[in-house]
Amino acid sequence: MSSLRGANVSSRTGAAFMTPAALLIGLFVVFPFFWIIAVSFSNRSLLGANALHPQFVGLKNYLDLFDPATFWSQGGFGPSLWLTIQFVVLSALCGQVLLGLVLAWISRELSPRAKSLLQGIVMLAWILPDVVVGFAWFAYLDRDAGTLNQLLHGLHIPAADFLIEHPFLTICVFNAWRGAAFSMMLFDAALQSIPPSYLETADVVGASSWQKLRDIVLPLIRGHIVTDLILITMWTFNVFTPFLLTAGGPSFETDILPIYTYRIAFKSFEFGKGAAIGVIVMLINLAFSLVYLRLAQRGLRAGRKT
Amino acid sequence: MNRRTLLSRVVFSVCAALLGAAFALPLIWFVFAPFNAHADLDLAFPAPPTLVNFARVFANGVAVGALLNSLLQAFGTVLLVAATATLAAYALARTPLRGKHVIEYVLLLFSSVVSGSAAMVPIFLIVNALGLIDTQLAVILVFAGGLLPTAMFILRDFIASIPRGYEESALVAGASPWRAFVDVVVPVLRPGVTIAAVWAFVQVWGGFLIPFVLLRSEQRMPASVEIYSFYSQAGTPIVPLLAAYSALYSLPVIALYWYVNRKYGFRFFGGIKS
Repeated sequence: MSSLRGANVSSRTGAAFMTPAALLIGLFVVFPFFWIIAVSFSNRSLLGANALHPQFVGLKNYLDLFDPATFWSQGGFGPSLWLTIQFVVLSALCGQVLLGLVLAWISRELSPRAKSLLQGIVMLAWILPDVVVGFAWFAYLDRDAGTLNQLLHGLHIPAADFLIEHPFLTICVFNAWRGAAFSMMLFDAALQSIPPSYLETADVVGASSWQKLRDIVLPLIRGHIVTDLILITMWTFNVFTPFLLTAGGPSFETDILPIYTYRIAFKSFEFGKGAAIGVIVMLINLAFSLVYLRLAQRGLRAGRKT
Repeated sequence: MNRRTLLSRVVFSVCAALLGAAFALPLIWFVFAPFNAHADLDLAFPAPPTLVNFARVFANGVAVGALLNSLLQAFGTVLLVAATATLAAYALARTPLRGKHVIEYVLLLFSSVVSGSAAMVPIFLIVNALGLIDTQLAVILVFAGGLLPTAMFILRDFIASIPRGYEESALVAGASPWRAFVDVVVPVLRPGVTIAAVWAFVQVWGGFLIPFVLLRSEQRMPASVEIYSFYSQAGTPIVPLLAAYSALYSLPVIALYWYVNRKYGFRFFGGIKS
């Protein structure tokens, strides 16, 4: 019955309404997905003969990427992939997710004004445009005058040029700072869905804050944590923003995959190889998305039952 | 309150304050520098605070031009996304289109798999094949394609919450589907379109990689690329000018988030940024 009543508009009109959006999505989202696969099997470049008449080279680009002789060489695919995995684990999983959980847990016990102040600051780090936070951190980390080194000077810790001396650690901290707000908001909503009586009962029996978190809260918000882990991992895996701080350097120390792709495609103009990296990144994205969609659908079904 | 709980309260408050300070620190310099006529990279309270840096921004042709380019690209994308996403979302919510669920699933999948950083090569090649490299239209079209799936899902949920009777009475009264859509659905849908439009605006306004890859000439660059090329260039950037310019450029984003947060609450922004 409801499907009949759903027929406000005929299929033909519906298809007509879909067309403009379908064209745009088809051309700039779906088509690139398939064309990148085709390009990754060619020796296409920006200039020269291979720009106009690229040749089919089979798996050459992939074999080059995974060639044992060059895989681990500096500025190669291996170090970049390994760096990206470390970047995701440190800045996303340990950084953003943990920080978000701590922030949400802390702000629960703050006064409303203190809570909105704390969350407002964290949100600001998240909503400001990329280049603005890039510039702000550029100033913040300046070797001679930056706020951080002035602060360290006050604490009698020797100054450092963080972007040169500890570039990888710096972009990890930067990314954790930049993205913690999303996890904080997600966990904030999750914590509010826990019936207060659960925690009050725990208070009565004298449970500590840590015990409440471990034994009551974490099991109850497990679904939110999994959702958060997957989304944050995917976003961090594809994030280009560290480029604005380090441009991948110095000497490839922050050469995470999105920056590596950019460098190969638009600095060396090896489109075929750049496309091959893109395909690998998309396959990893695909794996994460499928897990996420599976979980989301199971959650929907479970939600409908209750 | 016994001594132990008092102590744990103090420890807790100190931890909360330190955490807040750690998040605020990287931005404190940026709060003062735009109002300091002699701003450098050190933290200094402007004495006296002044708006002279902002006046210098408005006197700078390149800076103003880049802001206008950002406006053009953001508004162009927003109009395109709002119009096409509303139509498509209506079709998704209200027609017995066959394979609708498949379309939705595939859309979700593609929109999360095809990220800008993975797909920059084919997007560049497609734009190149269309002869649109170094045009603002290319930036608008590519952004629109990327933002459309999410915008459609936001709007579909809004349309699903509108009682069907609204349009049915218009259809019974003899209106065409198009009239029913324009006269009945669109007015009711205003909050949904506002949220989708604000979200799309913020994405394009702050977007860096797409214009960075697709544009060549300086007179078409948006403010994001302009700011980056200013501070990343060798030599000392003109700090006071750049600080004021960045503040000006951030203003619409902060204002829009603040507005949507106050009016609709933040739940809408939960899953849809980036």
